[in-house]
Amino acid sequence: MQPRPVAVDARGWGWRHADRPGFAVSGLDLRIEPGERVLLLGASGAGKSTLVAALAGLLGDEEAGEEIGELRVDGRNPRDARGGVGLVLQDPDSQVILARVGDDVAFGCENLGVPRDEIWPRVREALDAVGLALPLDHPTSGLSGGQKQRLALAGVLAMRPGLLLLDEPTANLDPLGVAEVREAMAQVLDRTRATFIVIEHRVAVWADLVTRVIVLSPGGGVLADGTPDQVLRAEGARLAESGVWVPGFEPAAPARDRGATGTPVLEARGLAVGRERRVVIREGIDLTVSASRTLAVTGSNGTGKSTLGLTLGGLLPPLGGTLDASAIAGGLPAEPHRWRSRDLVSRIGSVFQDPEHQFVAATVAAELAVGPKAAGVESAEASRRIDAAVERLRLGHLLEANPFTLSGGEKRRLSVATALVTRPALLVLDEPTFGQDARTWRELVALLSALLDEGSALVAVTHDAAFVDALADDVLSFDLPVGAR
Amino acid sequence: MTADLLTPTAGPQLIYRINPVAKMAAAFLIGLGVLLSIDWVSASVALACESVLLFWAGVPPRRLAIRLSPVLVGAVTAAFMTALYAPESGASYLNILFAHVTAGSIELATATFARILAVGVPAVVLFLTVDPTDLADGLAQVLRLPARFVIGALAAVRLVGLFIDDWRSLERARRARGVADRGRLRRLLSQAFALLVLSIRRATKLATAMEARGFGSSAPRSWARPSSLHRADVVLMLIGALIAAASITVSVATGHWRFLGT
Repeated sequence: MQPRPVAVDARGWGWRHADRPGFAVSGLDLRIEPGERVLLLGASGAGKSTLVAALAGLLGDEEAGEEIGELRVDGRNPRDARGGVGLVLQDPDSQVILARVGDDVAFGCENLGVPRDEIWPRVREALDAVGLALPLDHPTSGLSGGQKQRLALAGVLAMRPGLLLLDEPTANLDPLGVAEVREAMAQVLDRTRATFIVIEHRVAVWADLVTRVIVLSPGGGVLADGTPDQVLRAEGARLAESGVWVPGFEPAAPARDRGATGTPVLEARGLAVGRERRVVIREGIDLTVSASRTLAVTGSNGTGKSTLGLTLGGLLPPLGGTLDASAIAGGLPAEPHRWRSRDLVSRIGSVFQDPEHQFVAATVAAELAVGPKAAGVESAEASRRIDAAVERLRLGHLLEANPFTLSGGEKRRLSVATALVTRPALLVLDEPTFGQDARTWRELVALLSALLDEGSALVAVTHDAAFVDALADDVLSFDLPVGAR
Repeated sequence: MTADLLTPTAGPQLIYRINPVAKMAAAFLIGLGVLLSIDWVSASVALACESVLLFWAGVPPRRLAIRLSPVLVGAVTAAFMTALYAPESGASYLNILFAHVTAGSIELATATFARILAVGVPAVVLFLTVDPTDLADGLAQVLRLPARFVIGALAAVRLVGLFIDDWRSLERARRARGVADRGRLRRLLSQAFALLVLSIRRATKLATAMEARGFGSSAPRSWARPSSLHRADVVLMLIGALIAAASITVSVATGHWRFLGT
């Protein structure tokens, strides 16, 4: 019944993606014994995901890239060991494959040709192992992020892999989802003897569940290798500097002078919000956003936080109550949603949770020029602002790159920069620190803090308690049941 | 919230237990019988038989009416245009410019109306009572279509619901970036391109997730959900064949049969 745990061997292994000049991983020598539990760390760009994809047999052939050295899973080429290796990826939405919970878990078994009589007991066992107590015909569409990740884990477990790979499984989840997935994984590791490798830049989530930490070096090879205590003690500071979230080395937030009394920029009274006409998600919202102050909006998923952010940002019409931004309207109507797009961009900037939605140009340089041009900023002034933003957000080496090809942290920096260059009086950010490494987090918080000092008003929709601690002057919590205030 | 196209379709009635392939076959047979001849008799016979079957379909009348309304509108419009503009034959009732309503055109209009409904009703019922997953199982296991293609298509359909959310999000993002005022056409084009890019990225991620679970390997696949034809399925297909036969027979016997309109 139990899968046989397998060993991983790398000898001088390296991989270069066909469309990149440099090797993603090189000179890797490593042995992971059967049944070991490994946390794989490394700075962004150290090739962690490439290694994990290779172990899952997903790297493709000579056309996809150049391989050097040797990588073995259970003594075999990983491409031939597929099915014996299970992989859970980062994005919950793109891992759900079928419409019903049971079918989705059974999918991997079907592909392996497991006989039908054996599939369903495996499905039930896997769902039980991840603590997903749902009927087999439950629709997968309404599941939360944490549930979807547990579903993906169950689908992998049902295949009975000897090697279990997790590539940042909690990066896209809120704190509740992170706890859910960690709990499920702890339970799974109690039952299985499978070899386990997880990539994660938040060390605290997995530190108790792993027996070994391997740090990949961006220059190739292994930077550090040992028990979690050894590695984190010896390398903690350096890891934290490179962006890994290491307990005890949390990024420092700049000291802020709280309680500045700026002039009100935007006021909501009895505001009702929703994404569709007549479908109110939340009502009776009273708030004031002031210059030099941050309003943090917190609460669980589905409580209308993001919808409020979009409404304050002038991207959705209010469904009731009043929203008054006449302080920054400059003669336009008081409600931001009635402004033209080009008027909005120089008054209220919005930074979306998914930066990719916001990109409209083919290069980083062009992307930065879009806002000032729309707002009619004179070109010498525009270049000055763009240069400043590029400098401040370390985008200089990326100006000719396509925004879609940037890393997660670079995309976030670019999306913030595009909002800054039009100098809006109010900046609305939706989960700005979501999935970001410690370095991007630190830079982002420092930048926003400086903006506040310069007199900007901020609204941040966020789950990130550290972010709230660092910046928020006012907190609006949506966790209270509606009407209980 | 957007409707998820793959939300499982299920109900207690017999029709939800019929294999989708059998339902498709029955609808196809009825449609064939109706389409072979352009006359009002064959289509009306088929339509009459279908209305009897509708009682067993178990689709709530309100829901059926809503889903049928586009078909009904289409049928009425087509019939109206046919009555006005079909070639003249027989007694003339109305002449305004190019519009000529004659005995012949009225008969043709009736036939058009009945045919659209006779083909449309089974199609709508099919759409309302077939679960996409079950359909994929049937196509792959009963009709033996290539599993890789069928399962791939099934997984892709799920993404369509996400596209609708993406589209709205892109729309708002463009407004936030200051570029939502310019020409509508240009904006739509650029937004459509952005959606295409996002869709390809989503699809690539999904393909990776599927591959990671062994999809697309050369190993023979097994099926967690058996799909085969049972007695009820055969009976439904027979009923379909009978309706087709009845509509043709009655039409020929009454002398209304016009093979492909000749």
